[in-house]
Amino acid sequence: MSALSPPVASASADILPEVPRLPDRLVDQLAFPQRDTYLRMVAAFRDAGFESCADLCAVDYLTHPGRTLPDGVQAQRFEVVVNLLSLSMRQRVRIRVQVPEADPVVDSLVDIYPGTDAMEREAFDMVGIIFAGHPDLTRILMPEEWEGHPLRKDYGVGRVPVQFKEAPGPR
Amino acid sequence: MSEREDEISDADKRRHAEEKALIAETSEGAQELLPRGTTAATDLRREVGAVLRLPEGNYVDPSDIDIERRDDQTMIINMGPQHPSTHGVLRLMLELDGETVLRTKPVIGYLHTGMEKTGEELTYVQGCTNVTRMDYLAPLHNELVFSLATEALLDVEVPPRAVWIRMLMAELNRVSSHLMWMATNGMDLGSTSMMIYGFREREMVLTFFEKTTGVRMNHNYIRPGGVAADLPDGWLDDIEVICDTVLARTFEYDELLTGQPIFRERTEAVGNLSAEEALALSVTGPILRSTGVPWDLRRSMPYLAYDKLDFDVIVGTYGDNFDRYSVRLNEIRESIKMIRQIADMMPPGDYRVQDRKVTPPPRARIDESMEALIHHFKIFTEGFRVPEGEVYVAIESPRGELGCYLVSDGTSKPYRMHIRGPSFVNLQVLPVLLRGGLMADAVAVISSVDPVMGEVDR
Repeated sequence: MSALSPPVASASADILPEVPRLPDRLVDQLAFPQRDTYLRMVAAFRDAGFESCADLCAVDYLTHPGRTLPDGVQAQRFEVVVNLLSLSMRQRVRIRVQVPEADPVVDSLVDIYPGTDAMEREAFDMVGIIFAGHPDLTRILMPEEWEGHPLRKDYGVGRVPVQFKEAPGPR
Repeated sequence: MSEREDEISDADKRRHAEEKALIAETSEGAQELLPRGTTAATDLRREVGAVLRLPEGNYVDPSDIDIERRDDQTMIINMGPQHPSTHGVLRLMLELDGETVLRTKPVIGYLHTGMEKTGEELTYVQGCTNVTRMDYLAPLHNELVFSLATEALLDVEVPPRAVWIRMLMAELNRVSSHLMWMATNGMDLGSTSMMIYGFREREMVLTFFEKTTGVRMNHNYIRPGGVAADLPDGWLDDIEVICDTVLARTFEYDELLTGQPIFRERTEAVGNLSAEEALALSVTGPILRSTGVPWDLRRSMPYLAYDKLDFDVIVGTYGDNFDRYSVRLNEIRESIKMIRQIADMMPPGDYRVQDRKVTPPPRARIDESMEALIHHFKIFTEGFRVPEGEVYVAIESPRGELGCYLVSDGTSKPYRMHIRGPSFVNLQVLPVLLRGGLMADAVAVISSVDPVMGEVDR
């Protein structure tokens, strides 16, 4: 019980008000910070009572560039999506960071939420986002020597030939 | 004599080379636990303390942790992936000092089948068949979270009967999943009777699933728009029998395990976890509740119609193996309580939404109506289009928060489907739970985390 800090009365709404947001039906806030304010924003949410990072994943928007973004946010190829959870306030916030293709680097959240360790490794493995400051950024699901990042949209599906049936005979 | 010696050394050499090749073939490189000599002090501290990076950082003092061991004092051993009690293909690398575990690193990915990538190639109609294979002990929860996410994007409201059928099936699935856990946990602790009892009771639930959905596992029963079929005739009697039997049997488990001195010796104060550590590591489900945090999405952020049910959220106190055991055992009883209420309150009506764009028409209509035939054909070839958007939906699976992040680009296939598997995240507590414990307890601790590798590796 002690782990749940007392509810901070809607303090989270005032966090970094200059960061553009969009209304959302399911989460309390949907924020779009830049890469340089990302870490500051997550830390502020943590201090405002968001005890746990529920989920972190990356999306490759290569073939779907025209998605809805608030004014002032430049669409990039990759997006890192973080879902934070406040147990004391029963709230969720979602944070979406644009990550350019030329420099797919984002600050790591491991210092703020140690539980993002495996999630960031998965995002690195699958989409190829590099999390600066992550202590152990290795592949987690694919073999270590694997080339490419499978969840990228330009990853060739079926480029590794798989033999499903018996090999054709000599004739 | 000298000839013979040459022969032996030749054979030895060959064996040595074979071993080397085998090691090179199975190596996971940097994913493995590295020897102390090649690990930096900060990394070592983190691995030993595991959650040293907590912002408050009061409970684990970095200077308290002894990293001044040399390589020749410790030994790194490999456990898995083919180990009978690692529940699938989990591989652990453990650093031991005698019998004591110092560092642990789970190496996963042996069951990775690219289900998230596959999900992008399948339509929303086919998607349930894919996700149901992730957590194969709670397949209905996977289907449920995927369907809820799709419905949130579609902005479709399912009829009340579908909601209550979903709840009924989800709770039955929780019972069967926890029974399976009781069985394997009993087996890991040496109680083979518990193993057989757990499987026996689970089979009752699976028989009901087979009657309702057609298959014992991987049902593809809960679909966007409702459920695939109505409950079978006589389902109330079946539910009655399942509830009565399983509830009575949980008290037999009490006699068999709960009060049993050997069982308590092996579970109490083994693998302790504090609430702070659990929250920092994003742990959810019975493991989080066993530390005393009353967090259950069914109560805290109700979905379906859980707010209409009367049930208790089971919490523990110490966060040890015994607490995790009793939380799950009592959750079986709570689920049975819920199933009885659901059976009483099951509303009549449609079991799927009557929107022809989402739900295929009944088989009989296809023969008489051209329009029905077209809808049927469209749904099963092209699928239905889902409006552009993104959504994150989370439900309480038997293992914790099961989330689904769906991105739609307006076509009939998900642009991105990400499943937040509770086992995947929960697996991160293993280094914390095992640290300082005995090697002999490792199997019991792994079991108490209840990882399902199908979901971890996806």
